[in-house]
Order: sequence, then C-alpha cells, then structure tokens
Amino acid sequence: MGEQTMLKGDRAVAHSVLSAQPDVVSAYPITPQTGIVEKLSEMDANGDLRGQFLKVDSEFNAASSCIGASGAGARVFSATSSQGLKLMSEPLFTASGMRLPLVLAVANRSLSGPLSIWNDHTDAFAERDGGMIQFFAEDVQEAVDNILMAYRVAEDPEISLPALANLDGYILTHVKEPVEVPTEEETAEYLPKRDPHATLDPKDPKTMGAFARPEHWTETRFAVHDALLRSKETIGDAVEEFADQFGRDYGLEWGGLLETYGPEDAEIALLGLGSIVGTMRDVADDHPASVKVVKPRVIRPYPEEALREALAGVESVGVLTKEVSPGHQGTLAAELKSALYGSGHNPAIHSSVLGLAGRDVTKGDISDIIDEIVDATTAGPSTGVISEEDWPQLKRDMLPDEVTH
Amino acid sequence: MSSQDTAPPEPEISHDDDLFKPGHRACAGCGPALAMRYITEATGENTIISHATGCMEVVSSPYPESSWDVSWIHDVFANAPGVASGVEAAYRAFDEKEGFEEFEDHDDVNFVAIGGDGATFDIGMRSLSGMMERGHDVLYIAYDNEGYMNTGIQRSSSTPFGASTTTSPAGSESFGNDTQKKNMPAIAADHGCEYVATASIAYPTDFKRKIEKALEHDGAKYIQVSAPCMLGWDFDSAETVNVAKLAVQTGMQPLFEIVDGELSDVMSLSDRKPVEEYLETQGRFAHLFSKEGGDEVIEEIQEHIDEQAEELGLDR
Ligand SMILES: Cc1ncc(C[n+]2csc(CCOP(=O)(O)OP(=O)(O)O)c2C)c(N)n1
Ligand code: SF4
Repeated sequence: MGEQTMLKGDRAVAHSVLSAQPDVVSAYPITPQTGIVEKLSEMDANGDLRGQFLKVDSEFNAASSCIGASGAGARVFSATSSQGLKLMSEPLFTASGMRLPLVLAVANRSLSGPLSIWNDHTDAFAERDGGMIQFFAEDVQEAVDNILMAYRVAEDPEISLPALANLDGYILTHVKEPVEVPTEEETAEYLPKRDPHATLDPKDPKTMGAFARPEHWTETRFAVHDALLRSKETIGDAVEEFADQFGRDYGLEWGGLLETYGPEDAEIALLGLGSIVGTMRDVADDHPASVKVVKPRVIRPYPEEALREALAGVESVGVLTKEVSPGHQGTLAAELKSALYGSGHNPAIHSSVLGLAGRDVTKGDISDIIDEIVDATTAGPSTGVISEEDWPQLKRDMLPDEVTH
Repeated sequence: MSSQDTAPPEPEISHDDDLFKPGHRACAGCGPALAMRYITEATGENTIISHATGCMEVVSSPYPESSWDVSWIHDVFANAPGVASGVEAAYRAFDEKEGFEEFEDHDDVNFVAIGGDGATFDIGMRSLSGMMERGHDVLYIAYDNEGYMNTGIQRSSSTPFGASTTTSPAGSESFGNDTQKKNMPAIAADHGCEYVATASIAYPTDFKRKIEKALEHDGAKYIQVSAPCMLGWDFDSAETVNVAKLAVQTGMQPLFEIVDGELSDVMSLSDRKPVEEYLETQGRFAHLFSKEGGDEVIEEIQEHIDEQAEELGLDR
C-alpha cells in the first residue's frame, strides 16, 4: 500500500492519471481544473508521462482529439470544468454512441451566466443525458481512486463508454488532504492495458461514426442505454477489486454505487453528492434526530435499486442538491421521486437547492433542513405527499420586486 | 439481329481495388465524389481518414453500408482536424511506448482529414487552425463545392461573390452572395504548413500528384480541391468536369502550390478565358445575365479574378 502524502486535490488527481499512463492526454485550461492539466504538463516535461500531451486550442478539440485517439485504441485523458465541459458536449455525446472509452476529470463549477468560477453541479447535470458514466467524489482520496475505477469501467470491452470523474471545484481541487496516490505498478495490477474491440487500424479497415437512418438509430441508443445499465455490475466489480487491492471500501455493501452512513433504522435520510456529504455526516452525528446519510457515487448509471433499498425504512428524505433544472426542480430530487414511484414506499421528499455557484453550505444550513423535516414529520405521519421544492439559501430581499410580488 | 448481339457487354471496369467504392448515394455527376476516389487512389490503403459531416460523409456511410475500404472515422461537423490530431497522436504514442507492437508504425500511415468548404472555412476553422499550428502529421483536404450542400445549398465563406444560394438568394434587392471567397490557402500557409496546394477534379493527375507530394512532408499540410456540385451550382450532371475545367481556365479557380511559404508551380494560363464563359454554365449565376445591373456584378467578379491573377502570376 502506498504512503499518505499531503497533496492538493488537483495535483493528487494528476498523479492518479499518471499512474494509469494514458497514451494521449489532451486538455485546455479552465478554473478550477487548471491545476490538473498544469501538473500533467509538468510530468510530461519531465518525461514521466510517456504518452502524447496535446496542448489544444479549446475543450472542443480536447474532446475531439480524445475521440480520435480512443478510436485508434489509445488510453486517453482530459480534464475540464463548466463552460469547458459545455464546449466538449457536442463531441462527448457522440463518444458514447460510438462506444469510445474516454476518462475526464471534471472539476465541477457553475455555468454562466452570470459568470462564476465556483462550485456546483450544474455542469455535470447538463451532460446527464449524454450516455456517459458519471462518478462523484466526496474527498480527494475518492477523486484519486475514482480515476482508476473510471478507467476500469469505461475501458471494459463490455461497456466501452466515456466516463466523467467529477470532483467539486475548489472544495476538492484546491484543498490539501492526506492521500495515498497509487504507483504505476499498483495501477498496472488493478487496471489492465486497454484491449480495444474496434480500432482505426489500416490493416483492418473499419467505418466508425457512420450515418444511421431511423431503422438503426434506436438500436444504437438502446445499446448505450443497456451498456450503462450493465455498467452497474462492472462498477461493483471494480469497487470490490479496488477494496481488495487498495483496502479502501467505496460502498461495497451497495455494489459500489452508493454509500450510507448512520443508523440503519433512521427515520430521516439526507441525500447528497460530492463534498457536501462530509458536512452532512458531521451534522447527522450531532443532530438529536435519527438521521442517516445516503451518498450516491454515480448518477449515471442511476443507482435506482440501491437507493430504494437504502431508503427502505425512512419516513422522510432531505435531498440537498447543488443544481436545478430551471422550470422544474432539482434533478437529484426529481430522479429520486422517479426511483421510488411504484416501489410501494413513499417517504416525504424535501428537496433543497443550495450551494449554487460556491455559496458555502454550512453545518447550520444542513441542521436547519433536518429541523424542518423533523417539524413536518411530527406534524403528522407522512402522507406520502411530496413537499415543495425549497431554496433555503435564497435571499429574497435581493430579488427585484417584479420577481417576488 | 440475334439475341447474342443485344446481350450487354461484359463490364470492363472492375471496382474490386477501389478504396472508395461505388454504390454511395451521391448525386450523379457529383464533383466531390470524384475527389474522394482520387484521394484514396493517391493515399493507398495504409490510410486513416477522419471525415467531417457533410455531403461526402452522409452519402458514403449509410449504416450498415460503407463506401470506405480504408479506416475511416466521422465524428461531428466541426472537428475532423481535431479527431485526426488524436488519431495521429495515438500512433505516435504507440511508436514511442512499449507494448504496442501490433500497431502500424506512425511513419507508414497516411493520416488524412477531409471536410467540405463549410467544415473547413467556417465551423471547423478553429479545429483546423489548432491542427496546423501544432504541426500534426495530417494531410487536410478541403473539397470545395462552394456551399453547404448537405443542408440544402446555403452560402459558406467559400461561396463566390454573386452566387445565388438558399441563404444568399438573388432577389429584387440582391445579386446573391455579397462576400468574396475566403482565402483559405493563404491562411493555411500562414500557419506554417510546409505544403499547401489548390487542385481541381478536372485535373486528376495533378491532384493526385499533389496529394502524394503533400504526404512526403512531415507535419500538417493543406490541399483544397475544387469540386463542382451539379445540384447546388445547377448544371447538367454530365457537365461536371467541363464546369470544373472552366473554373480553372477562367482563373476563377487558380491552381498553385505553396511550399515552405513560397508560391511555386502556378498552373499558368496562356489564354485566360473571360469569366462569363464560366458563369453562364450555372444556374446559380443565371440572375447576373437576366437582371438589370448584372453585367456590373460580372465585371466586379472579373476584376477580382484579374487582381488575383496578377498576384499569382497566372497569365503566361
Ligand atoms: C454544429 C452543426 N451545425 C450545423 C450542422 C448542419 N450541417 C451538416 S452538414 C452542413 C453543411 C456542410 O457543408 P460543407 O462542409 O460545405 O460540405 P457539403 O455538404 O457541401 O459537402 C451543415 C450546415 C451540423 N451537422 N452541426
Ligand atoms: S448535393 Fe452536390 S456535393 Fe452533395 S452529393 Fe449532390 S452533387 Fe455531390
């Protein structure tokens, strides 16, 4: 097992990428991801990264060159955030349809406008329907480890899809934590050399990215859908073998798809993604009510069955989410509702949109949300009625009159 | 006459060795389709093509069929050069790393990217600029049919002045497209491409020679091939090569090479024809001959050609 070192999140992720020795790295700087690319550039400059490092003109071509390289059979890496992920979006959607494995670290950041460089999950959710696997990390160690697991799953010939390894911008990229960075030897043992099933090989010509008419397109999309569903099992295996080799357990009990914390028979569950979960754990420990924390590790594939099981006994769920689908609601809550519909278990769902564009989520914020849930629960047994969406950090007095009247 | 006399003759042309196969869905008389054939004939089978969205991609890859007998990838409209950069970089990495013995040597593979004028001059410009600036060992070939044909004949920044398209239609207040063709070869040369050339499907030997020559250079190289579109330019499908030839002979489409930034090998014209002879072959310019004031537009086109000819030393 490797030693623990104090490392900034972005640097630690770069070390993890280095251990996987990608053949082609292609990236473009954007805050707060830049540190990952800078560190990889330094590794390249020192001859440690033995692949090709493409200093491209934009994220659009970072993604495009990763697609070309992956098509040729290479192991590829890129990293981005926010607007950069948006600029990658067009090619990224094709990567899943073409079944090309790519691994991207996404330092999550809000999307303009107004311009903001700080963290939330708007960027990741904007790519939700692209057919990409999406991991989320709670701390730097998980961000480091998710890179390796992302490669394992994305490059599995049975899956062969792009994967986003999300980590919260600043909160994880710019914080120093003690982490174990895998060595190249350790990673080589965990992550076999990529065995591409289709490559651009002049000796064996293939047509990739053909034009599909209505009689075939549906089946391509189904194949992506099916691979994503099947990837749940692959993720489970990847997490299990990771635990065996590295000794770190990422929700083995839940097939590696989520983690739970706190009393099994808690009445209240809090659901959240990424770094906010650490604070949720602390608040749950301190709060007099019986609260457990549920942390999905992936949003695609969607861990529907695991969520149903993890929430089986609870009366209420507080969903804390750093994104919103304007005109609807927080997507994390909307999707949870869809998972529970038809399950016969209808806990009240309190959805809180918070932490947008870097507004700090404090222990007090989370404690207040639990208090509200407790009040609602003691007012009467759950009627199964889903509560309204709430934006607990919204300062209404800052809004112009015409918005609030 | 006996039945034997009327039996169809044995086909004399075999397409077995074609790398761009017939059976694609291009219009009869499609200039760009000829370009695709000449490209593959010149590059041979050790080639990987990255193709932009457009007519030639759509007509050649209707799943589950494909016209391509070389390795071929299409991703989106704007990124053929970016994709090609990645393919090329992958092969470079395979060469430099251990454990990739099953892959061809980078030096033995011809990396080619193909896009229409829209993909090249407009939406894919950034991607191409990046590829050229980084000096990827890729030959970029723009097939220039002077418009967005796949989406129904809209103008591009390669559409000539005075041409009527669906987004630059001739009308009571308009003589069609009101901008001059963007000078892409100069842009490519200014990027430091060692080899830049223009070619025409009317001169296939010249075109293929230029491709072969380009491939001898390491790094990025750019060829732009004039390829008339019978549908978009509105001429009879039997006339493609004649129209392409007239483009060259009127100086509308000068043929030249830029090697190491220096203009060289201009295909000079001893008896440059007036541009009317070219314009009158195509429906997209018909309004210039029927509308009042059209002759002034033709004059403007001629002046532009004359200036260009002077710059290039086109006239012998
Ligand atoms: C981002 C994006 N915008 C627009 C389109 C629609 N589109 C597809 S092909 C095309 C025009 C292609 O023109 P060109 O590159 O000149 O090739 P041609 O069709 O003439 O062969 C357009 C506008 C697209 N596919 N993607
Ligand atoms: S529209 Fe023009 S370019 Fe497209 S296939 Fe027909 S002739 Fe060729």
